[in-house]
Amino acid sequence: MTLAPPPAEQRHGLTDREYELVVEALGRAPNSVELGMFGAMWSEHCAYKHSRSLLGRLPREGARVLVGPGENAGAVDIGDGRAVVFKVESHNHPSAVEPYQGAATGVGGIIRDIFTMGARPIALLNSLRFGPPDPDEETDPTTAARNRYLMGGVVGGIAGYGNCIGIPDVGGEVVFDPSYSGNPLVNAMCVGIARHDEITLARAAGAGNVLLLVGASTGRDGIQGASFASASLGADSEERRPAVQVGNPFLEKLLMEACLELGATDAVVAMQDLGAAGLTCALAELTARGGVGAEVDLDAVPCREGGMSPYEVLLSESQERMLIVVPPGRVDEVRAVFERYELAAAAIGHVIDEPVIRASSGGELVCRVPGRALADDAPRYEITGSRAVPVDADLEALAGEPADASVLLDLLASPNARDRKPIWRRYDHMNGTNTLVGPGAGDAALLRVKGTRHALALSIDGPGPARIGALDPYLAGASAVIEGAMNVACSGAIPVGITDCLNFGSPETPLGAWQLERAIDGIADACRILDVPVVSGNVSLYNETPAGPILPTPVIGTVGLLEDRASAVPMIWRDGDELWLVGDPAGDAAALAGSELAWRRRRRGGTPRLDLPAATSVVWLLARLAAGGMSGAAHDLSVGGLAVALARMAIAAGAGAEVELEGERPTATLFGERCGRAVVAVRPADSERLAFTAREAGVPVHRLGRAGGERLSIRAGATRLAVGLDELAAAWGAPL
Amino acid sequence: MTLLGARPRIAVIVFPGTWSERDFAHVAVEVLGWEAQLVWHAEAELGEPDAVVLPGGFAHGDHLRTGAIARFSPIMAAVEAAAGEGVPIIGSCNGFQVLTEAGLLPGALMRNDHLEFRCDWQWLRVEQPRASPAWLGELSDGETIRLPISHGEGRYVADEETLDALEAAGRVVLRYAAAGGAVTHEANPNGSARGIAGIVNERGNVLGMMPHPERAAEEEVGGTDGLRLLRSLERWLQEQPAAVERGL
Repeated sequence: MTLAPPPAEQRHGLTDREYELVVEALGRAPNSVELGMFGAMWSEHCAYKHSRSLLGRLPREGARVLVGPGENAGAVDIGDGRAVVFKVESHNHPSAVEPYQGAATGVGGIIRDIFTMGARPIALLNSLRFGPPDPDEETDPTTAARNRYLMGGVVGGIAGYGNCIGIPDVGGEVVFDPSYSGNPLVNAMCVGIARHDEITLARAAGAGNVLLLVGASTGRDGIQGASFASASLGADSEERRPAVQVGNPFLEKLLMEACLELGATDAVVAMQDLGAAGLTCALAELTARGGVGAEVDLDAVPCREGGMSPYEVLLSESQERMLIVVPPGRVDEVRAVFERYELAAAAIGHVIDEPVIRASSGGELVCRVPGRALADDAPRYEITGSRAVPVDADLEALAGEPADASVLLDLLASPNARDRKPIWRRYDHMNGTNTLVGPGAGDAALLRVKGTRHALALSIDGPGPARIGALDPYLAGASAVIEGAMNVACSGAIPVGITDCLNFGSPETPLGAWQLERAIDGIADACRILDVPVVSGNVSLYNETPAGPILPTPVIGTVGLLEDRASAVPMIWRDGDELWLVGDPAGDAAALAGSELAWRRRRRGGTPRLDLPAATSVVWLLARLAAGGMSGAAHDLSVGGLAVALARMAIAAGAGAEVELEGERPTATLFGERCGRAVVAVRPADSERLAFTAREAGVPVHRLGRAGGERLSIRAGATRLAVGLDELAAAWGAPL
Repeated sequence: MTLLGARPRIAVIVFPGTWSERDFAHVAVEVLGWEAQLVWHAEAELGEPDAVVLPGGFAHGDHLRTGAIARFSPIMAAVEAAAGEGVPIIGSCNGFQVLTEAGLLPGALMRNDHLEFRCDWQWLRVEQPRASPAWLGELSDGETIRLPISHGEGRYVADEETLDALEAAGRVVLRYAAAGGAVTHEANPNGSARGIAGIVNERGNVLGMMPHPERAAEEEVGGTDGLRLLRSLERWLQEQPAAVERGL
């Protein structure tokens, strides 16, 4: 059978071949509504066409895993019958054109994913990327001003949504690089807690059960948001502002409380939030997962305005809506809960045995589509990439340079290192009274789990160093996992699960395909060696502007468990503590590859290295030192390397240190950013025990010196630098 | 620790959009061993509590103005009646905004002068604690305490006459301060008139304050200065003649 496909502008982004597949799935040509549904559901954003087969390489099994990828969020057992439920998601494209609402609805969406699972959200984190905020030779003043505008809008949107709904924003990271000019990254993570028996899945079941559409009414906002998110950003992107949804955190707060109240009963069979592709996606995923179908009356959907077409109702991405499956006998009881919160709950249809979604309007059938065809049968593309040509850079000369105080102060004051307080003080980070360590106070946020002795250590991290993806995307993936594990381990926790957000350029270019595949392999290998599963995630592709793709940016959200929060480790050392470098001393030039210093000095090449098993041993050693009560303070090495880590600890403690290291390459030793290393402070009496425990674990450790005094003084080979605490604090505190 | 039947019982009002109610209840029940009743805004009765809490949040989404719609919630009639009877009432953050909108306290809370939301630990100078023995009895005049703030609209404003009258009557009980207790422009996180962070009504039973005492009630979350307000209440309740009748 050959059918001439409709012209491209009526195909909702489907290719000729994809159109043929739709015809095959239906056994006939789709009508215009059905075509719109396939267009949205088979978009990259919803269908993961270019990444799904690669994502299968990620390890998702683990003894603690209760719910893995494929549901609204992942869930991991934390003992005492409790689970931690978490996920990260991107809202990059919307934030590029409407930063406040783009970021706000990103936060709203990820919160819905968590409470849809029956878990009460207890924390938000976010990972942000912008172009440089200050003009320089690479960034003209207009672009820098635009970057600042985007940052202000994004931070405002995150604050506006999270503060109003009352979920604390406890941690995050911000990185600046020219590749993000015009294409900022906004990755939001939400973490919730549920009792095992409260976890609600999104699988429709039981013919005759009622479909309740709850929350906001349906408007014309966000239509085709999914397909907008699946294309590169161009000069006309600003015109796509109507594809960005508008958030209402107050409404979502009501929706959250009502859903949590219901989740604690057995009146709900399944629950699914409405996000990308709106009602279409919710119906398709609920019915496909449950192997059932649905009969829907679109006229029963409460709309914000008259005259909305079936296509618009099915594909609106209006926020703060949920689809709930309820047995007919329980509808009144469920409605009563929503009414108390002044929320509309409309019965829009019911579950049917036949695995097909039938929607009608004005008494006429407008679509008849198998949910599985929409949700699961999108084509999967094997992508084939080709390796980027390695770039060389003379790192050896840089590594051997003697460094002075100005190098350290410049790095501390650089946008990528300086104090983030101007951002996080705009976020309520204490709501819920669980925050033991909040933003800026440690490598990971630490939240108690009320009613237990446990604490959760939470971190969200990109690759370390941040530009390593330009040199080696495999290490970008692997190092992001190690970064997260190091951060939770520094606070004394062991990583128990991760969620990943893969931000890349177009997978249809050889470079983009290669970067994506290599990064996924890096994440997979690091997870296997650490024995940590990936339980949820999100992929954001086509992060490109006419100026080119972004740096490969895999972002990892890490959840760590601290069995006894009394053994939590701060990052503040005490006078007289002995300071140790734990892990690879990294005295080689390659440690500078991709580092902030090398980038600033235009040595943008080289071959970074990371010994994954060795870095993993460091992670476990840190957790062991904490459990044994040995670590007095710990801080992992990231941007700016050892020297900046020491400076940060000194500023936090209000106490300096005297440090001395060996090394023929002082600049590599002090400023190399190879991840998987940390500074640990111990009482002098514990030094021997630390050295012994490290030896047992096969981890190299080096005694650096002692904490105390009013200045940070470092001797490394021929390099001697000493900077007063005030001067360090002033550099680091340069306003962002 | 406390005997059954002798526990203070607080009513915590929950408006649509309120979010500090569970934190207050946690402190009352888990830290102090009290009873806490969450009371939905649509209720008409408080149920004769020993004290009433108006917690933080965004009541009714802060639509129109902070607290402007909340004052019309059905429960507010009972709150106003309780205030008139001398029942101790504390409004923190959004609760302070509601109290001013309801006319139980003078002045208003406006957008922070720097136009941003601000969440941080904040030093406060305690003044005239005897103006409100129920809430501040355990605190001393001139001492400095540390509590979290978290608000976008916490700039206290009133006309000069009202401000003068408040000061003259000793009803300004908390001011934003530096660590040493000095009330300075730099230490003022939102541009509040005369650094005012908390005031009481004439009778002293109604306290409105922007900081969050419920967030500073356990050492592990950063401090316990907030707990001292609730300890004040506990002691005050025990000292009341009526407490004998109630078996406190």
